[in-house]
Amino acid sequence: MAEQLAALIIVVPLLASLLVPVIGWWQKKLCYPWVVAVLVVPLICSLGVLNTVMTTGKFSYRLGGWAPPWGIEYAIDHLNAFVLVIVAFISLMVAIYSKKSVEKELKKEKIASFYTLFLLLVTGLLGMVITGDAFNLFVFLEISSLSCYALIAIGEEGAPMAAFNYIIIGTIGACFYLLGVGYLYIATGSLNMADLASILPALYHSKVILVGFAFFTVGLVIKGGLFPLHTWLPDSYCTAPSAVSALIAPLMTKVAAYVMIRLMFTVFQPQFSVDMMPVMSILGWLAVFAIIFGGIKALAQTDIKRMLVYIVVAEVGYIVIGVSVANRMGLTGAILHIMNDAVMMACLFLVVGAIFYKTGTRDISEFRHLNKKMPFTMAAFTITALSMVGIPPACGFFSKWYLILGTIEAGQWVHAAALLCSSLINAVLFFRVIECAYLKPMEPANAHDAGGIHIVQRDEAPLTMLIPIIIMAILVIVLGIFSGNIISSIIQFAVPASF
Amino acid sequence: MDVVYSSRPLWAVLVSMIAAFLILATGEKNRNIRESWTIIAAFVKFFIVVSMVPLILQGKVIEYTLITFYPGLLLQFRIDAFGMLFGLIASSLWIATSFYSIGYVRKLNEHAQTRYFFAFAMCLASTIGIAFSANLLTFLVFYEMLTLATYPLVIHTESPEAIMGGRKYLAYTLTAGCVLLFATGMIFYMTGTLDFKAGGFIAGSGSSAVLIMLFAMLIFGFGVKAGIMPMHEWLPTAMVAPTPVSALLHAVAVVKAGVFGCLRVILYIFGPNLLHDLGIWLIMAYIVSFTVIVAGLLALGQDHLKRRLAFSTINNLAMIVLGAILLTKSSMTGAMIHMANHAFMKITLFFCAGALHAKVHKDYVSQLDGIGRQMPMTMGAFAIAAIGLSGIPPMNGFISKWFLCLGALEANQIIFLFVFFTSAMLDVAFLFPIIYNSFFKKPLDDVAPHFDEAPMLMVIPLSITALLSLVFGIAPDAFVHFFSLTTMAVQNIMGVG
Amino acid sequence: MLDYVISKYNFWIYIVLMMIGLYAMIGKKNLIKKLIGMNIFQSAMILFYVSIGVKTGATVPILSGHSHGHGELIEVAKYLNPLPHVLMLTAIVVSIATTGVALATLILVYRRYNTLEEDEILKIRKDTGV
Repeated sequence: MAEQLAALIIVVPLLASLLVPVIGWWQKKLCYPWVVAVLVVPLICSLGVLNTVMTTGKFSYRLGGWAPPWGIEYAIDHLNAFVLVIVAFISLMVAIYSKKSVEKELKKEKIASFYTLFLLLVTGLLGMVITGDAFNLFVFLEISSLSCYALIAIGEEGAPMAAFNYIIIGTIGACFYLLGVGYLYIATGSLNMADLASILPALYHSKVILVGFAFFTVGLVIKGGLFPLHTWLPDSYCTAPSAVSALIAPLMTKVAAYVMIRLMFTVFQPQFSVDMMPVMSILGWLAVFAIIFGGIKALAQTDIKRMLVYIVVAEVGYIVIGVSVANRMGLTGAILHIMNDAVMMACLFLVVGAIFYKTGTRDISEFRHLNKKMPFTMAAFTITALSMVGIPPACGFFSKWYLILGTIEAGQWVHAAALLCSSLINAVLFFRVIECAYLKPMEPANAHDAGGIHIVQRDEAPLTMLIPIIIMAILVIVLGIFSGNIISSIIQFAVPASF
Repeated sequence: MDVVYSSRPLWAVLVSMIAAFLILATGEKNRNIRESWTIIAAFVKFFIVVSMVPLILQGKVIEYTLITFYPGLLLQFRIDAFGMLFGLIASSLWIATSFYSIGYVRKLNEHAQTRYFFAFAMCLASTIGIAFSANLLTFLVFYEMLTLATYPLVIHTESPEAIMGGRKYLAYTLTAGCVLLFATGMIFYMTGTLDFKAGGFIAGSGSSAVLIMLFAMLIFGFGVKAGIMPMHEWLPTAMVAPTPVSALLHAVAVVKAGVFGCLRVILYIFGPNLLHDLGIWLIMAYIVSFTVIVAGLLALGQDHLKRRLAFSTINNLAMIVLGAILLTKSSMTGAMIHMANHAFMKITLFFCAGALHAKVHKDYVSQLDGIGRQMPMTMGAFAIAAIGLSGIPPMNGFISKWFLCLGALEANQIIFLFVFFTSAMLDVAFLFPIIYNSFFKKPLDDVAPHFDEAPMLMVIPLSITALLSLVFGIAPDAFVHFFSLTTMAVQNIMGVG
Repeated sequence: MLDYVISKYNFWIYIVLMMIGLYAMIGKKNLIKKLIGMNIFQSAMILFYVSIGVKTGATVPILSGHSHGHGELIEVAKYLNPLPHVLMLTAIVVSIATTGVALATLILVYRRYNTLEEDEILKIRKDTGV
């Protein structure tokens, strides 16, 4: 039964996306409910898959019944079942949210094509996570990237340019990944990840494998937006429509990070990735620079979305640090941070989209009295901001805690310092916004009434936006409190046993 | 040691957290209902805490595990004698502060009262959480929550100075939080546990250089909140907050949490033996002595009453830490009991300053000539607390000073005896002129010649805290057994060490 | 050395093509030229895959009917491995789709700025303050 669920995760949104234009041609209004309804399926299926993995261990689904390593296989273990749930959940939330924001930001005739691409993007992301085949992963990577390019290009002024740059760099990244697959294929004659993992150890000293590994890493670093190959990221994420940024900012980089973990610790054994190549220390240092650079660039922004985008750059660094220290604690932190950061980033981008929807501005200095205008949205923002700063019991604290334990175990003091600095930079960034929203006095004209209470009309975002935002904000706290359970029931099995 | 498993510690924390959200839900429109949540929560919390005292006095430990994150990493409450002491101080003074706050904000018609009471309740929840933490991680969680909960209080007036003060406060405390997080990680890596243990648990787990570094980091992290120089700068700046907040900051929650943390580090993580072996206790003692003296001197120069009291707080906190770091039985007793005593005296002083501000809008020492005739109860309470702070019997301040001095002698460090004496002299020098001026100098023109006190909601709490300072001077073990708890805590530490 | 280069000539060709593509993508100001560079880059990749599937003297892996089940050995050396070529069918589709999307965005860019020279676009954006 569970095997069929695994197939449904991909098949349902893929086929449904083809139906969206038809539905849109017939009744434009039905696109939105259709997409939301469709996206419930992957969420339920991935929860079922996660449940199966937790009770009976890893399993696989053979596409078309062909036995691996010849056929394509969906191999599901704790790691990707976990990431699947995250991807499915966040895309559902963003889909629910998208209604009003899409209506406002896009032309009416584009709505059907928007939702088609939306579903394709989700399909691509889910596919990258679920597949157990290195080449199939490339295909899904390109499905998600292509729909992502197009989605970005329909954004605001400057979006087509940003999308074009992203196409160029994204294609380089994907091609490098493909080259890596090619080199591995030359040496092993296999594309199946599990098969590769069993063949590769005998070939670890082959130059071909080394080159393949290098291509893999560079390709994924580009796709994941790790400093200094992040240059495509800020412009494209920032100019995309709100709903699109809210989908890709939390998920694209996280899925790339997942693929990185998958390749380095499953396809290649940790002893290869860690001991035989200096790649971990290089990645670790790049991550440190990413954190510092992202933080400093974020400080310089007045546009809140642009600020968040640079924070995404920094957050990629977090995950990569956890991967690069290559010990149990660090990797636990990295996997936990994939989840936490996805939730936090989704919440922040959703909030920014809602603010933009209501006030038409993204300039931080114009946020005055948003706390009165949009109290729930701002409450959600504040909770998430505190989580980004790393205040317990919000979830951001716990992933940071494990990451720091990992760096301590590895003796990487500079990495630890970067993580701590980043908390402080985040504090400055977010308290600046909070101060503007909560504390900035009104203009003198209508400043005070008798009780010293400002009169600002409440003007909250529509419910379709508010509900996902609030769910995310609650999750930020709940995931923090239950992070222990998540680690003990899922993540500890996702970390390679040799650690 | 007997362990009792009970969820009461959790409820003690949760009560004010639930109250906080009820306050938020009630909102500005139903003021009386909103305020009644505060009062109810304050009493309920106090009774929950007090109900656990007998168990603690029997030598038992109350434990409750909230969440297990990882083997050895848990959110856990464990109440020992020392935690109980702090919990009692905080929960009992919250009652006084609640009444006083209501009087204060209503008298001044403050804005954003809902936010104010919400943050207040959250502060108390975190403080009790800190008091009852079983391990460093739990401590850290609540410590960070406290930092955040205090921020809206510091910036309450939303004036530019307040916002600057808030920024400074965050800059200091969040940096400290980061350092603590790192140090906690280190300790967990080195020992595999974070549980506080009377007499310390870290000995032998690392080279002395690493241990010294960790000690410095932890003391830095907690010392920021405790206002140990040179990390004290935020404290006088944060005086822009409303007076009940300053009172809470100074006497109950924030700085006491810092001192509590320092004492936990000194006595429950490192332990007297290890600190003796490492030899850093003496250096630390000198640093803290410097703070004691300099803060006293700086207080002399302040005309703003609340700033003067702020420096006096820095002075007293340093004294508590000095008592602990001297590592003798008497000095520890003195330090711990002074936490309680100072709390009662300092909150009285701040309440008085707030009453003056609310009633006659006077904030400066130089404006207080003759004010005692108009507000005799307020200034009377001020006098009692000031006398106590200077360590004159029969006030409670005398008891703590006595033990502290005894401790300096036991440690064979006569120089610290002089530090304590000098500090007492300075206390007299910067507090007594206020008493003299307010009662015996010719009244200023704007002083009403007749009895015209601040609202009763303010005067009664401050009279009670003043009275309690006196009672605890005569019978230090009265009501809630502060003294027995202290001696028990010290015995636990020395018994192991 | 020369023998070494010649014996691996397919690798050299793909690398040279790739570098040409990379240069065009990074060095050229005109967006269409960048796109062409990208196409060259992708073609290099495809050629690489195709060339690794080459086996001299071998034929397509279609077994004639009578060779089944009569104990006759299948000589593996006689047949090509079709997989790299098949993979490239997918890659070609991907590359065409990418080109399509890229051209579509370029149309959008041209509508907005009336030019496809990157430096001019940057200047326009700077002047309009976007």
